[in-house]
Amino acid sequence: MATETTGAADKAVQRAFAGKTTTENGSSSIHLPLEHVDVGGGALSATVAPPSEGDAGLDHDTLREMYEYVALARALDERMWQLNRAGKAAFIVSGQGHEGAQVGAAFALERGKDFLLPYYRDLAFSLAFGLTAENVMMAALARADDPTSGGRQMPGHYGSRKFNIISGSSPVSTQVPHATGTAYAAKVRGTGQVSITCFGEGGASKGDVHEACNFAGIHKLPVIFFCENNRYAISVPIERQMAIDNVADRAVGYGFPGVIVDGTDVLAVYQVVKDAADRARRGEGPTLVEAKLYRFQPHTSDDDDRAYRDPEEVKAWRDHDPLLRFAQRLLDVGAVDEDSLAGIKDKVRSDVDAATDVAEAAPLPDSATFDHHVYAAQ
Amino acid sequence: MVETLERTTDAKPMNGVADGGDSTNMTFIEAINTTLRDEMRADERVVILGEDVGPRGGVFRVTAGLIEEFGEDRVIDTPLAESGIIGTAIGMAINGLRPIAEIQFMDFIHSALDQILNEAARLRYRSNNDFSCPMVIRVPFGGGVHGALYHSQSIEAMFVHTPGIKVVAPATPADARGLLHSAIHDGDPVLFLEHKKMYRSIKGEVPAGDYEAPLGKARIVQEGADVTVVTYGMMVHESQRAIGEVAKETGASIELIDLRSLKPLDTETILNSVKKTGKAVVVTEANGLCSVASEVAATIGEQAFAWLDGPVTRVAAPDVPAMPFSPPLEHAFMIDAEKIGVALRKLLDF
Repeated sequence: MATETTGAADKAVQRAFAGKTTTENGSSSIHLPLEHVDVGGGALSATVAPPSEGDAGLDHDTLREMYEYVALARALDERMWQLNRAGKAAFIVSGQGHEGAQVGAAFALERGKDFLLPYYRDLAFSLAFGLTAENVMMAALARADDPTSGGRQMPGHYGSRKFNIISGSSPVSTQVPHATGTAYAAKVRGTGQVSITCFGEGGASKGDVHEACNFAGIHKLPVIFFCENNRYAISVPIERQMAIDNVADRAVGYGFPGVIVDGTDVLAVYQVVKDAADRARRGEGPTLVEAKLYRFQPHTSDDDDRAYRDPEEVKAWRDHDPLLRFAQRLLDVGAVDEDSLAGIKDKVRSDVDAATDVAEAAPLPDSATFDHHVYAAQ
Repeated sequence: MVETLERTTDAKPMNGVADGGDSTNMTFIEAINTTLRDEMRADERVVILGEDVGPRGGVFRVTAGLIEEFGEDRVIDTPLAESGIIGTAIGMAINGLRPIAEIQFMDFIHSALDQILNEAARLRYRSNNDFSCPMVIRVPFGGGVHGALYHSQSIEAMFVHTPGIKVVAPATPADARGLLHSAIHDGDPVLFLEHKKMYRSIKGEVPAGDYEAPLGKARIVQEGADVTVVTYGMMVHESQRAIGEVAKETGASIELIDLRSLKPLDTETILNSVKKTGKAVVVTEANGLCSVASEVAATIGEQAFAWLDGPVTRVAAPDVPAMPFSPPLEHAFMIDAEKIGVALRKLLDF
């Protein structure tokens, strides 16, 4: 039982899963194989998704593709940190630790048809929806050919009309009512599209989330509210953000299901979001999905997380890194062997190198264009 | 409250833009209502959302009869949540609809400012033209109706201040039709301001069919040689009353410009007029500090300085919350023909 374990970091990991945390071995300090954890046992009303098993019905090509996106997002994120520390990238907002949940969710949707309304940690989600490493690096280095904003927005503000990724802003959760709107339009136009919008548990405190969920619940809209709960709103721990354990428990107040899922279990997230998307397409309305996970890096390149969290806690969660867990799963089901896994890692590394080279050589925007596109061209 | 608003007016009707026989005499509110209906008939992408816009037809009855004709998918009674109304409308616009969102009173719009100013207005720019947000936000505004602090406000300046959104404030039924048509067909978000005191007190000829008043073009209500009055909304009518009295009393020839569009601002019409008359009174019922009147005055000062024969004069509300309820307090706050007349006489004498 949770009480048998010791160490603040260990307890913090357990708290993320709302009590009733069990471990295989209750005596040592940090060892929480999350696939064995009773995720969200303290839920008031939300349901708790079971851990994934095996290949979750996905073929091996798909599993390898999913892994490649998780790995690519991680490698790009790491490279952007390096560029930031080298003085080449002014800013980075990090999604390390979130990639597994994002890729699991993305693959449960119809990419090219459905809408993604991301927030600034959704690098892996945006890659899976179509942005390339080069696109992302162009944005990181504020180049003219940054397809997400032409070098106007800070990095991390992903958007693309081509890939149905809706451009967002920095104030948190403002994109959530937009998803209700795209879903409303999809419903009355009969397009069959599902909208998914992402936000942190910090962003879940915003009134816009309530207003969007309420409206979507009334009209049974095809929208998935996807909370990536990493336990910190920059520096403020979850205990200071909310009086309950699970964001997903709030769904009951809107008349649709809330589901808690282990956000480091890629295929568990895939299954939950698949169910939510199927439900949405059947006309049964929204779902609030809460993926419990952890942010491995500081909030941004301008943050220092040592001021607010114990490095031991970070280390404990790193033991449940979705990248490592997913690699192990692929080995377990025979989708990869050590050689092919190394091959994927090599490919990802060379993709990131190539993207970096192209972006570094690419021109900055022409300053004469700074006032373009404030309004439609006359 | 609404009954009070309907009865409360002492403004005189003014003529709209007649185009011969093919027009109808109607009130300001009828012009908006029929234009909404015609636009919804012409384009099924046009949807209306807001509080009480359905069977109630809006608290002012601007959307009366629309849900009966177009159904509840296109005329949506929303929860009482202004940020959600605008945020949802933005998503609708992104996914192919042409939403017209109603905020019940401008005094309630503050909780939607993030969605309007940070989201709708910036979407095109921040996405480098990848996305746009063609939507109309209809908002009753303005005072003099015993609406007190939260049913009287005119806070248009903060929208005019923000790049990416256009702001219009028609003063006649014809312009209400023409500007609403233009706003619905525009590619960017447009804030459409309806002075609530004008809904039933102002009548005029309204052209039938696709009548378009361009965004960004002012209207010269009457020509004059001695002084220019620049204003918009209900203050066009108050200024007309003041001009009538002052002209009768002094024999002065006074030009009146109805801005119609607060952004884009028709600086050309303003400057041409002031270069002719040499004097300008700029009138707004909003708080004067950093107001539309301030902007017009600054523009005149910068670009017509050599033509000026007197100080550019603003007539605007004081730095006091709009506006107290009790009649003597409301009267003290509110700009009217009498206050405009005082400024006009003073400037004419300069």
